Amino acid sequence: MIGGIFQVFDNDMLKQIKQEKEQWQQAKVNKALSRFPERMENFTTGSGENVNRLYTPEDVESLQYNDDIGFPGQYPYTRGVQPTMYRGRLWTMRMYAGFATAEESNKRYKYLVEQGSTGLSVAMDLPTQIGYDSDHPLSEGEVGKVGVAIDSLEDMEVLFDGIPLDKVSTSMTINAPASVLLAMYIAVAEKQGVSSDKLRGTIQNDILKEYIARGTYIFPTEPSMRLITNIFEYCSKYVPKWNTISISGYHIREAGSTAAQEVGFTLADGIAYVDAAIKAGLDVDTFAPRLSFFFNAHNDLLEEVSKYRAARRLWAKIMKERFGAKNPKSMALKFHTQTGGSTLTAQQPDNNIIRVTIQTLAAVLGGTQSLHTNSRDEALALPTEDSVRIALRTQQIVAHESGVTNTIDPLAGSYVIEAKTNEIEKKAMEYINKIDDLGGAPRAIDLGYIQKEIMDSAYDYQKEIEDNSRIVVGMNKFQIEEESPKGLLKVDPQVGERQKAKLAQLKARRDNDKVKERLEALRMACQGEENVMPFIVEAVKVYATLGEICGIMREVFGEYQQSVNL
Amino acid sequence: MDRPIRVLVSKPGLDGHDRGAKVIARALRDAGMEVIYTGLRQTPQQIVAAAIQEDVDVVAMSILSGAHNHLFPKVMELLNEQGADDVLVIGGGVIPDEDIPGLKKAGIAEIFTPGTTTGTTIDFIRKNVKRVQ
Repeated sequence: MIGGIFQVFDNDMLKQIKQEKEQWQQAKVNKALSRFPERMENFTTGSGENVNRLYTPEDVESLQYNDDIGFPGQYPYTRGVQPTMYRGRLWTMRMYAGFATAEESNKRYKYLVEQGSTGLSVAMDLPTQIGYDSDHPLSEGEVGKVGVAIDSLEDMEVLFDGIPLDKVSTSMTINAPASVLLAMYIAVAEKQGVSSDKLRGTIQNDILKEYIARGTYIFPTEPSMRLITNIFEYCSKYVPKWNTISISGYHIREAGSTAAQEVGFTLADGIAYVDAAIKAGLDVDTFAPRLSFFFNAHNDLLEEVSKYRAARRLWAKIMKERFGAKNPKSMALKFHTQTGGSTLTAQQPDNNIIRVTIQTLAAVLGGTQSLHTNSRDEALALPTEDSVRIALRTQQIVAHESGVTNTIDPLAGSYVIEAKTNEIEKKAMEYINKIDDLGGAPRAIDLGYIQKEIMDSAYDYQKEIEDNSRIVVGMNKFQIEEESPKGLLKVDPQVGERQKAKLAQLKARRDNDKVKERLEALRMACQGEENVMPFIVEAVKVYATLGEICGIMREVFGEYQQSVNL
Repeated sequence: MDRPIRVLVSKPGLDGHDRGAKVIARALRDAGMEVIYTGLRQTPQQIVAAAIQEDVDVVAMSILSGAHNHLFPKVMELLNEQGADDVLVIGGGVIPDEDIPGLKKAGIAEIFTPGTTTGTTIDFIRKNVKRVQ
């Protein structure tokens, strides 16, 4: 018996199955095909991967239960990171929200918590994400549009007014200026009387995927990596419960990657962060338990479930075998999921509720730790309160009514799921090897390799939609005449002016000598090799603005220049 | 003399989502046009300078952040100031229907919203390009 006693199927059984499958094909399938040809010549997943007519034990013949699948809460974590998963506690229902001003976003957070949301997730506007204050010329037209405008600690105080920071966990989608926003969060907590060791949450803090897919970078790769490892080190001492990074495949997928590319490129980024931290002198087991991941959920349910399982198993192996991690928590891949924004259609927007339901199931069957569900109107505008509520209810119905939360990893052992899990793991590993050959993720990004692979996949997908080999309901099939949707959320164009006026008042009121002094101290730290985090914390406390702090770092570090090969 | 249609594909503003811009850039190129892509974070001034420098027939802008009402008309204004009002300007992205009449009034020839095929955009450019080849 090859593979010993742990092999799922023994060889005699496999031989018999193979024979019977051949007979079935001859006797039944061929006859059926001659009368009713199949709907398509090639059946493929959402990522364009081949799907067989039928999966049998033959497709998973080398699978070893204990080594490859195992048990939840233990290596290689294929079946989940917690021993009891959703039987113990459901995932965090964390709706991504934020728009206009801190006041308006604070209201939306309170509404979401009232409706049963169990974690906050703060969306920042583009100027904030790129380190510009609301009064910067490049901020014109963008203030408060895709998220809330945060210029200083003052805005953060309003944003979390009446929200006890020792009771909620907060995720902030912030990358290039993550250190500044985290510093502000720590300062707000201190004002509420909450010490930083009690804070729970996540900063996205994943700059590599900004260069690859999302575009809100500021500094070149090297100083960016330094800022990230500075945060790892600072948090391991002072904010021990904080997830210091959320290594994000979400945006890679939105930019058009396949499922296997999402896993491969994301874990390659993860490897780069672990490498950088080890190079900076940190012990892997001190920071690795605080690494978290962020994946997408698209419509192909079986492929997506397999993707999460493959990602968990692959990361566990990488941490153990490549980095020699000893702490099991360093090997367990925890992740947040967001349903796929790019899968939503502007046509017949109510259909998006159904898409999001399928994607929610994918995330939950795949064992996510937290979930944001997109709203039906997001292909058109920021969501209204009503559509956000429906999106949250989708999670609640899956959690409490569908029954899929009552047993762990329910699709395990399905021939197709295990075969696809193997296949995605293998393809992702091939990408990781290729990136290693190129010199690691930062180098592969500088060469444009990752961006080019994603662009190719995005273009292929678009061509499939246009030649109707891929059906998108309501868009290239089952269309109807539609009226313009009504009641979309619109951000008041005056928000920018109001935010500017507020900023001017703050600058007149604060102790500007102190601001100058702390910004100069920060400059010195940036020029040297010290950890910059404590200096940023001191600067935000005297109300130095985000733009001022990032401005200092821009002067010292320079700015990243994008290169595009079409 | 026949020469291919020259198109500047651009990303005005701070929005970094460039999947659409890149897909359209490649589709236009596959359709035989010459395509120049500006990359991210372009100011209206940079876009117009590039359009003139590259002597393009078409400027195609993509934006998803909601800043279109501010940035698209600004590009039109600057093109007109430079005497380049014969450049065909089109836009695309997450743009509510109710904003479209205002943008067209500012001189944007067409706005393509999510779900538009690349074929539709290619046909529109071929039919409406003002500088005759």
